[in-house]
Amino acid sequence: MAAITMGKKQDGFLLRLLKRIALLRESPVGMIGAALVLFWILVAIFAPLLAPYDPNENYMDDYGNWGPSAAFWLGRDNQGRDILSRIIWGSRIVLTVGPIATFCAYVVGCTMGLLAGYYRGWVDVVVSRISDIILSFPVIILYLIIISQFGPSAFNIIVAVTFIASPQVSRIVRSLTLELRERDYVAAAKMRGESAVYIMLVEILPNARGPLIVDACLRMGYTTIAIGVLGFLGLGLPPPDPDWGGMVKDTYTMMSTDPHMSLFPCAAISSLVVGFNLLADGLREISLRD
Amino acid sequence: MPPVLELENARISYFTRAGEMNVVPGVSFRLEQGEALGLVGESGCGKSTVAFAIMNYLSGVGRLTGGRILFEGRDMSRMTEEELRQIRGGRMAMVYQDPMSSLNPVMPVGRQLMEVPLIHQKASEAEARARALQMLGEVNLPDPESVFDRYPHQLSGGQQQRVVIAMALMAEPSLLLMDEPTTGLDVTVEAAVLDLVRRLRQKHNSSIVFISHNLGTVVRICDRIGVMYAGELVEEGPIGEVFRDPRHPYTRGLLNCIPVLGSSKTSAALAPIPGQVPSTLNRPAGCIFASRCTYVEQGRCTTQPIPTVTVPGSDHHRVQCVRFDELPLRQRPAAAVEAAQVKRDKEDVLTVDHLRKFYRQSPGIFAGGASYDVKALNDIDMSAKRGMTLAIVGESGCGKSTFAKVLTGIELATQGKVVLAGSDIGYTSVEKRPDSLKRKLQMVFQNPDSTLNPSHSVGYIVERALRRLKGVGGRQARAEARKLMDTVKLPVDFVARKPRQLSGGQKQRVAIARALAGDPDLVVADEPVSALDVSVQAAIINLLIELQATRDATLIFISHDLSVVRYLADRVAVMYLGKIVEFGEVDDVFLPPYHPYTESLLSAVPIPDPDLKQKRIILEGNLPSVRNIPAGCPFATRCPRKVGEICDTTPPPERRTPTGHRIACHIPLEDLNRVDPVISRAAE
Amino acid sequence: MLKFFVKRFGYLLLTMLAVSLIIFVVNEYSPGQVTRKILGPFATQNEVDILTVKMGLDRPIIIRYIEWLGQILRGDLGKSTLWGAPVNSIIWDRLLNTSIIASLAFAVIVPASIIFGVAAGMREGSRLDRTISLASIVTTSVPEFASGVFLQSVFVIWLGLLPGTSPLDASGGWSIASQLVLPVAVMVLYDLGYVVRMVRASMVETMTRPFIRTAVLKGLSFRNVIMKHAIRNAMIGPFTVILLQINYLVTGVVVVEAVVGYPGFGRMMLDAALNKDIAVIEAGSMFAVFVTVSTQIIGDFGYMLLNPRIRFA
Repeated sequence: MAAITMGKKQDGFLLRLLKRIALLRESPVGMIGAALVLFWILVAIFAPLLAPYDPNENYMDDYGNWGPSAAFWLGRDNQGRDILSRIIWGSRIVLTVGPIATFCAYVVGCTMGLLAGYYRGWVDVVVSRISDIILSFPVIILYLIIISQFGPSAFNIIVAVTFIASPQVSRIVRSLTLELRERDYVAAAKMRGESAVYIMLVEILPNARGPLIVDACLRMGYTTIAIGVLGFLGLGLPPPDPDWGGMVKDTYTMMSTDPHMSLFPCAAISSLVVGFNLLADGLREISLRD
Repeated sequence: MPPVLELENARISYFTRAGEMNVVPGVSFRLEQGEALGLVGESGCGKSTVAFAIMNYLSGVGRLTGGRILFEGRDMSRMTEEELRQIRGGRMAMVYQDPMSSLNPVMPVGRQLMEVPLIHQKASEAEARARALQMLGEVNLPDPESVFDRYPHQLSGGQQQRVVIAMALMAEPSLLLMDEPTTGLDVTVEAAVLDLVRRLRQKHNSSIVFISHNLGTVVRICDRIGVMYAGELVEEGPIGEVFRDPRHPYTRGLLNCIPVLGSSKTSAALAPIPGQVPSTLNRPAGCIFASRCTYVEQGRCTTQPIPTVTVPGSDHHRVQCVRFDELPLRQRPAAAVEAAQVKRDKEDVLTVDHLRKFYRQSPGIFAGGASYDVKALNDIDMSAKRGMTLAIVGESGCGKSTFAKVLTGIELATQGKVVLAGSDIGYTSVEKRPDSLKRKLQMVFQNPDSTLNPSHSVGYIVERALRRLKGVGGRQARAEARKLMDTVKLPVDFVARKPRQLSGGQKQRVAIARALAGDPDLVVADEPVSALDVSVQAAIINLLIELQATRDATLIFISHDLSVVRYLADRVAVMYLGKIVEFGEVDDVFLPPYHPYTESLLSAVPIPDPDLKQKRIILEGNLPSVRNIPAGCPFATRCPRKVGEICDTTPPPERRTPTGHRIACHIPLEDLNRVDPVISRAAE
Repeated sequence: MLKFFVKRFGYLLLTMLAVSLIIFVVNEYSPGQVTRKILGPFATQNEVDILTVKMGLDRPIIIRYIEWLGQILRGDLGKSTLWGAPVNSIIWDRLLNTSIIASLAFAVIVPASIIFGVAAGMREGSRLDRTISLASIVTTSVPEFASGVFLQSVFVIWLGLLPGTSPLDASGGWSIASQLVLPVAVMVLYDLGYVVRMVRASMVETMTRPFIRTAVLKGLSFRNVIMKHAIRNAMIGPFTVILLQINYLVTGVVVVEAVVGYPGFGRMMLDAALNKDIAVIEAGSMFAVFVTVSTQIIGDFGYMLLNPRIRFA
């Protein structure tokens, strides 16, 4: 290239992180996504300060008039609970279970994918067969079977998500590893006598960052939907915890009279997932422009 | 009659997030009917940009922001979409650099050719088909009927490029733009394609703009040459004049840093051009080349824009330099190293004995048949002495890269011995080699973009190599790393940089430093300079020569570029389809007696010197398919000196001379000795 | 070519075998649970034990598995504890019902995704592209139950144009056709966005390839460049993606069917899972896996046919 960018003194870690985040500015779509996600994160963190009422308390005055009012901005559900507070507190569940589950899926999936892609041979065959078998199930049915068999709890949901998502992550990591292992710098590492673990973690994995970060955002979105769906089907966290999907399940039969009860939690979930997806799209745009 | 093409101060810019990048500030030249102009320059000089601007195809982000481009007298930027469509492919056509990706992979080749007459000549389907078949024959493709129905991936690189050329010529355009059409093709294939272009040009009297970074190719085709640097046309004129009497310091610099076939490190040094190409974002006020020019005069050269003047007494030889008639006589710099007589007595560091490497290949799903062996290396014998450079030269598929992989342990030998410092390393994979062996044998790779891990800083890369190969850590490693960076002439403050902040040449320097960390006995360099610009190549080549001299290491230099090999090597092995067809001291190999393949290789190398006479040998015939390499000489299917059936059936004997020169050929040595040299000075 | 199919069908069988083992073990590893389910929560441990032995559930799991496998291969899918009838009498009807809405959704998704994807991808960054992309992202982000709820609140509650539930029974006054609209709409909404993005991505990538430049510089009109050169290349990858949507549409529409009360395969699986109807769960899972792996085989084969680099190696 004719133009060579001048290197600067190496910036500190935090500064580099902020600069990378600032890159998002170049993608308006990514910015909107980031804003949405950030919004919900803040809501979850500051839930005790933001929620006007106790989410599980039944406020039965003015029975029958459940709709939004001055006292209850988003109205109440059929048991008199404040929907706004429930949504605020419900964000905590989604934003703890979701990221933990996604993280676990990544740890397992990256390990599987790295091993399969680097060693190839029988390791690859075994990992790929296992992945294929798990992936041959329709996702929703797998969730159904696991949760209905082992019972609904945060832990089980995390296990289910990890079990179902890691083959997908593994596939992505595997194909990235297969490609990256052919690079000359990997051959150079081998010629220095680096161990396989070093090569996988220090030479290969850092260069798979880009696509993996984008996928992680998408996966957070899928996980959020999965948690919502499980709640909706009655397999979510047991009541009275305000799980968004569960809120819809409890109230959508009353749609003809009080549609707000189910519409608001639906909007909450949708907005969070839209946020993750837009963020992922923005990140992908930026990584392509590099 | 107006010139076919005329650029008047064409100014081209790209518009990106960072603003307007004025890539080409102002280029002017004329091309008359029937002329061929070569546009040369290094990467980023803007030659391709100019070509696409002529087509008015700057993909949205680019625009002609000033001046005019006139084609057959018409202003290109004032044309409507409809008019442009009529011109493109019809009056003006283009041939591209990478033929495989320039052809539609899911459409048969014949169909793609037919589109041209269907659009531009209102032909019927039958007429278009006939035209396409005729054109396929004209570009020398054997059996046009069967090629017609093939898909691009079923053709070789040379055949694909012929198809692209055929497609361009279908509508008999008056202007042909060729953008690096032979880059990426093997040398012998390149020679055949260039020959074809020359013949077709004569037949159709087309005007050509031929873009290349390789000055030698331009000599074969073009009457005139234009030298571009950082978006400016710094010199332009008849080819003979520009080469014999270059008036711009950059042109001189270019010619001084290219190894011309015939010169070696013991006869003249390569003079790389110091510094780097300036960024397009801050153009200096004066001469664009001033920061790197040896003849620069502060004030005259650096304060005002430099006008383009015509050299008096010349045939339209124009130069953009104020000191053009003050430059001293052109001289090649003194030799780089002294004649390497002493080295002949050194011991062998590496010996290779009857080495074979076969790959098992199974046919694809839709093909039939059994698995077969691909004989990548088929009985290789050679040796390399301490402190010498052994070059392995050949075209794609000859096995040179496989050889590097077996040496370094990335692949294992199938048969035979590879002995380094007393032990047979051919069957030990790189992971299993002892540390002492790893220290002794290191590699420098071809592609500067994938040789360094983009996530690691330069300092980490070098220090890690030191830690693993030399066993030093901590502060000592840092100190040694700085010393190493000095040796490869990298500024010490580069330790914090990441690879994407380095240029190609700088990346290769880091790669060389990394390889030298453990003080290796043997360095395998696989096409280390092929991906670099010529001026940078020269610097790296000089660095390799110097390092080898100071460290007494053996360098195995793999390349397809014969000029570089001639310059750099002490001994040469010429490979073809897995066999060594010729081996010996570099002076012996590059002069008669030649193996017929070496002879055709030498005749194919484009030489940037119009005064050198070069024999023209065009290879007919195809490479044999990998499934059945002939039992006899692998070159038999294309050899212009083929003796007879014996070449197909019997492996040729090895002819030897007392100096250790080996040629594997059925033709006896005395007959080979009587052959004229391929390259000679033209009679004055 | 024969080798390809043989190998793939081998994998199919192996996968189905492995899946069957996993499902069986997961569902039946605890025999006491099964019997307790049948007898209800008030039965005594003694009664549970007796029934366990009587049903032969105390035998080692491997034996029970092999027996079950034998049954399945003979076509006997067992008996549903929830509906009290042979699984065979339930599962095929449900599959048929789901196939109806799946086919309708597929018939909409295929042409729509190609049209929108190509339109978006042929000029990356254009207003059309950004609109289509944004719309796609938003629609895939809304979970099926959410879009079901949204659509219901508009078309059922507010406008009254569609029925609230779709039990496939015309006696309630709503025609069968009108009952199909809502579930098909939700399926299309959720899935179309994803496929459009895949087609778009492939189209964008194809448009950057040099042969498109060659076509333009040959003098072809933009329309011809797209129709004759770009689409044929861009659709090679998405072909498989589109085919794989059949999996989702047939076996994955549990939520949609739950929202509208549609008597399909997904509802069946949901009810079975919630009520631990093991026979139905097992049979249904096997079928779902079969659909998935078969479409994969067809998809891979089709990809190889479409891509001349593989077809004429």
